[in-house]
Amino acid sequence: MEAFGLLVYGFSVLLTWKILALMMVGLVLGIFVGVLPGLGGPNGVAILLPLTFTMDPTSAIVMLSCIYWGALFGGAITSILFNIPGEAWSVATTFDGYPMAQQGKAAEALTAAFTSSFIGSLVAVLLITFLAPGIASFALRFGPPEFFAVYLLTFCSFVGLGREEKHKTIISMALGLLLAGVGMDTVSGQLRMTFGFDELLRGINFLVAVIGLFGISEILLTMEERLALRGHAASISLRVVLKVWKEMPRYWVTLLRSSAIGCWLGITPGGAIAASFMSYNLAKRFSKDKESFGKGRIEGVFAPETAAHASGTSALLPMLALGIPGSGTAAILLGGLMVWGLNPGPLLFVEHKGFVWGLIASMYLGNVVGLILVLTTVPIFAAVLRVPFSAIAPMIVVSCAIGAYAIQNAMFDIWLMLLFGVVGYVFKKIGIPLAPFTLALVLGNRAEDSFRLSMIGSGGDMRVFWSNGLVGSITTLALVLLLWPLIGGAFGRMRSAFARKTATGTADVR
Amino acid sequence: MAKSQDEIVVEDPAAPAGDSPAVASTRAVDIVVSLLLLAFAGVLAFDNWRTGMGWDATGPQAGYFPFYLSVILAAASVWGLAKELFARGQASASFVTRAQLRRVLQVFVPTLLFCLFTQWLGLYVASFLLIAGFMVLVGRIAAWKSLLTAFLFSLAMFVTFEIAFDVIMPKGPIESLFGR
Repeated sequence: MEAFGLLVYGFSVLLTWKILALMMVGLVLGIFVGVLPGLGGPNGVAILLPLTFTMDPTSAIVMLSCIYWGALFGGAITSILFNIPGEAWSVATTFDGYPMAQQGKAAEALTAAFTSSFIGSLVAVLLITFLAPGIASFALRFGPPEFFAVYLLTFCSFVGLGREEKHKTIISMALGLLLAGVGMDTVSGQLRMTFGFDELLRGINFLVAVIGLFGISEILLTMEERLALRGHAASISLRVVLKVWKEMPRYWVTLLRSSAIGCWLGITPGGAIAASFMSYNLAKRFSKDKESFGKGRIEGVFAPETAAHASGTSALLPMLALGIPGSGTAAILLGGLMVWGLNPGPLLFVEHKGFVWGLIASMYLGNVVGLILVLTTVPIFAAVLRVPFSAIAPMIVVSCAIGAYAIQNAMFDIWLMLLFGVVGYVFKKIGIPLAPFTLALVLGNRAEDSFRLSMIGSGGDMRVFWSNGLVGSITTLALVLLLWPLIGGAFGRMRSAFARKTATGTADVR
Repeated sequence: MAKSQDEIVVEDPAAPAGDSPAVASTRAVDIVVSLLLLAFAGVLAFDNWRTGMGWDATGPQAGYFPFYLSVILAAASVWGLAKELFARGQASASFVTRAQLRRVLQVFVPTLLFCLFTQWLGLYVASFLLIAGFMVLVGRIAAWKSLLTAFLFSLAMFVTFEIAFDVIMPKGPIESLFGR
């Protein structure tokens, strides 16, 4: 059990008063971020990133990841009590969570949500603990062609598996990759796409883009809507907690299935949002009593919350092992790694053992502490919503500006943030997804470097991407995923033609 | 749990009216954005062509990768453009109504002014002005509450970033009076 020994080492890194205090601060800030409208997980982490610039990397990542866990917990509070999903991944939680609150079972619903979140992330952390070191040591053998193939796989799976219109995903991704290339070319040192502006020499910092795209644009979008809200106040008593926990083992199939869905969609860039909906729908489909879903069934809270949290946590696996983030927030944490002077990728496990295992240990501890914290402090956080939005909105704007400025001490970045805010607002409204953009912006330079290094190595021969079994199969898989909508469509047509020939009026399989 | 049934209610008297006329349709905005992206792709493609988009002795030149990306971006924009132009029949949804646009500008214009003031007066003074101004003018919250909130928040930010975490923000004449 090598992983176990390293985990114990990770806990020893973690157990200092300073880090434990930062953990609590992170969790509280994160729950705030999750509860407040107009602030989500990704931009919450991005805005608070400057706080960590002067910390050592381990304290920094523990605090930031705790903000993330807090945001995941916090999203459930407003969904259940107010029928307002604080985060997109808690939309599915409102389906049964809010009816439960209306029936006077708010405390049960909240306990169910928090506990299942905890279980989901626990499964994901176990997966990370035992899988990530293996993947990382396997990836140590990767050369530039293999890395480029993995990047290609990430990008292609976004296009092929995403639910948005394909051309919009491509637009978002191409734009991100292009903007990543602005400034000095890392291979030749030549300037490109700067059009003579000195400010562009540094390139476009992706944290600035994220703060604008998610923070400022979210404020603009929130203002468009009616901000009135009406909901239930709730406090959780120990009796309710124990009652829900006693009921829980009955739903082990749902919990297990939702964790699996969450982990899978977290590692691949499907994301927490897709995971929560999918596991809700599956729980409903496999249930004997489909009618009771949507009317306040506790299982309808268990399923999406487990999946969302499992997915949010497991998105850190590819980030740690390969340097490829599985979600927008993981992309920002990856940006943080670069700011703190660490080089993301498989070498992290070799060169920065304390950092990696401290982070993994903090996932265990952060979720336990987070669970206790939310169970005991729900009334306080629910009351935060009484604060009028016209006080919160300008404060968020100021925090965004501080975050954007602090990254490179540049006033230009504040203007850039504002521009990205408008772009994000328009893109969201016409359905251009922002996650591929973020991912492309953070990975752009590394993808380009690995491509050019492979080309230099092979003398310009594209066949290098099929030069051995490993790189060949990754590249092929990437192309299959890219063309998946076409392939899947053809399969579907074949199958329905086949079904028409053979089956005559059998029961609907769906 | 009957005791946990006290309600939390927050009103929004200035909410945008539901029947406000649309300023633009989603399709129109979609087309404009596609055209802008196409133009942007064209400019970038030209710049990368000038930088060098071919191969030299050491491999692909600096403009190679971005040049082909701009081509992909242009192609995807044309695809989107064609799709919107040929999608006839069904009416397009509203992009933004007049009442909504008013509310969005209510927060966008102050944000723009805030950025300008940050450049002239420093971030903390601008932050005070933004929060106090927004709360009084848009939120219609009592002036003393607004001023106090704005002052406390700006001060808290100053203490957190400038003193506790050593993150330096743009400052103007007022901070320099205090020797910062």
